[in-house]
Amino acid sequence: MAGVALNNVVKNFGSVEIVHGVSLDVTDGEFVVFVGPSGCGKSTLLRMIAGLEDISGGDIDIGGKMVNDVEPADRGIAMVFQSYALYPHMTVEQNLSFGLRMNGNDKADTARRVANAARILQIEPLLQRRPKQLSGGQRQRVAIGRAIVREPQVFLFDEPLSNLDAELRVQMRVEIARLHKELGTTMIYVTHDQTEAMTLADKIVVLRDGIIEQVGCPLDLYDDPANQFVAGFIGSPKMNFMAATVVASGNGSLTVELDKQGRARLAAPLQGAVPAVGSKLTVGVRPEHFGAAGAGGTDIALDIDVAEHLGSTSYIYANTGSGEQLVIEREESRHVVRGVGASASIDAGRVYLFDITGKRLR
Amino acid sequence: MSKSQRDRLQSILLHLVLTPLAIIWVFPLWMMAVFSTMPDHGIFSPDLQLWFSDQFIANITNMQADTDFVHALSVSVGVALIYTVLSVFLTSMAGWALARYEFIGKPIVIAIILGTITLPYFVVVIPQFVMVARDFRLSNTWIALIVPPLFNSLGVLFMRQAFSMMPADLFDAARVEGVKEWKIYLHIALPLARPTIAALSIILFLASWNNYLWPLLIATDRSMFTAPVALGSLIGLTKVSWGGIMAGAVLLTAPMLVVFVLLQRHFIAGIAAGAIK
Ligand SMILES: Nc1ncnc2c1ncn2[C@@H]1O[C@H](COP(=O)(O)OP(=O)(O)OP(=O)(O)O)[C@@H](O)[C@H]1O
Ligand SMILES: [Mg+2]
Repeated sequence: MAGVALNNVVKNFGSVEIVHGVSLDVTDGEFVVFVGPSGCGKSTLLRMIAGLEDISGGDIDIGGKMVNDVEPADRGIAMVFQSYALYPHMTVEQNLSFGLRMNGNDKADTARRVANAARILQIEPLLQRRPKQLSGGQRQRVAIGRAIVREPQVFLFDEPLSNLDAELRVQMRVEIARLHKELGTTMIYVTHDQTEAMTLADKIVVLRDGIIEQVGCPLDLYDDPANQFVAGFIGSPKMNFMAATVVASGNGSLTVELDKQGRARLAAPLQGAVPAVGSKLTVGVRPEHFGAAGAGGTDIALDIDVAEHLGSTSYIYANTGSGEQLVIEREESRHVVRGVGASASIDAGRVYLFDITGKRLR
Repeated sequence: MSKSQRDRLQSILLHLVLTPLAIIWVFPLWMMAVFSTMPDHGIFSPDLQLWFSDQFIANITNMQADTDFVHALSVSVGVALIYTVLSVFLTSMAGWALARYEFIGKPIVIAIILGTITLPYFVVVIPQFVMVARDFRLSNTWIALIVPPLFNSLGVLFMRQAFSMMPADLFDAARVEGVKEWKIYLHIALPLARPTIAALSIILFLASWNNYLWPLLIATDRSMFTAPVALGSLIGLTKVSWGGIMAGAVLLTAPMLVVFVLLQRHFIAGIAAGAIK
């Protein structure tokens, strides 16, 4: 069992700095998810923890020991790759036992570990097959099995589910969660899918362009994003962002005018420093926080482009013409159809305010 | 015209062109086989003989008496086998290093290897001969027959290509599992490169089997003659035993044709592996 600590970790590829001083604590047994858009350095960070990439600056501790110059095999980690990286010329059993065999591990112990991993992942009937004869989900299991066999202190997953279809993805997600419960081992998991992050993580690390934007438990990030990037990244459908101008302030509240939504006004609570009248900012509202028209709060006229009815919920796409499309999530709204005439209300107590640099105003 | 009719027409045209070409290509082989069954004087008879005669065994027996061909064949087989195994091993290790590792001067090394491909063999062979025969005094040794041609730049590039197309994740996964680098090479890279290795082995074996100039220079003692050199020795000052030469040529060619036909699938897969993706 071991935790992982990153202290001001930097990575350069040639002269380009890709990871800019990342510091992070992962406690023992925690499930941490790195999430962020493509190219933000998630894989690079994970590979540095694994020891597959050199560290250009800072240091990495695993289990309280600095591992900067420790070989991957001696770090007590196991890694699951996005491509599965199964050895194509070996059977499943040989894949699982390969590392142990090559290191001269005791035969009986190897057999025990392989059997154990096969049992946990329910791949016993597949042991004599080759990777080519497996489905995507089965391959993924074998790849995870190969990690389990190492009995590591820390599991590293690099987008393990991104090659699976949607249904299988959900199923494997649940299995990975179960695995974490069962093994209780520290896991670091990379994904760009915020749903995976929300459902799996004890702690989410949101990355952008090689820096950490925010760290926190999933619902904290959802309820209380530190900035506009995190607010937009966590949650599906995305939070709506509306351009606004400050028109008045005082008494712990700020009155703004929504530039593109019919100049509707709303007064949002604000404790911190108050921006000057006339300055620009962004108002964020989650799709499910719109209320019915006339429910109190500020009403906005809707020009509905598309209404998607999924049964229990409906997604309403409106006001595209304004240059600022709104997505509204509603329950029990099957009657809503395309066209003008409807409105929705914004509860000023539930809006998020961001300044033009994307920083949250509280 | 329907599609099937068009396909048929195309096929007919193709056969009209390819059949004469095939005949032209096969003709010398055929004549080699025919001549190998004729007495020496029959070959020069004024009317061209296109069908077999009955002197094959006699030709072989004569040739064996003149050259100890069986011994020469055994030298050829030995040289070609050892050469192929060693060369595959060396070229694949070099290819592995070039595909897997970053090191100072790597582009220069690659440039030099590429450069040696463009050098005609005849530029190399004289200094090589002087070095091996005069300086190292290795004439008439197995080392001289096998070692100088060992480093095969085409093979190195071939193997490098094969290795660099394998997903790096495979090797990273093995590294994380604590598998030593040479075991990764041996247990993962080499087995996965099997089609390429099969193709390369055929090429190397054939090159060694057919090599004439180098063994001719370096093997002056009858006991070290390879089969082609032994056959060549039948071209005497006064008498050329064509029947024997042709019979020997048949013995040299036939096994290669069989091997090639048997391994054709691997061979083409290996070559194509470098082309696609
Ligand atoms: N070997 C390398 N040499 C140079 N640049 C690299 C190398 N590997 C990655 N990069 C760059 O580093 C940045 C981060 O890459 P990384 O693979 O970590 O992104 P990621 O967050 O995993 O993205 P994705 O979600 O697409 O997998 C990218 O801009 C990439 O181009
Ligand atoms: Mg990645």
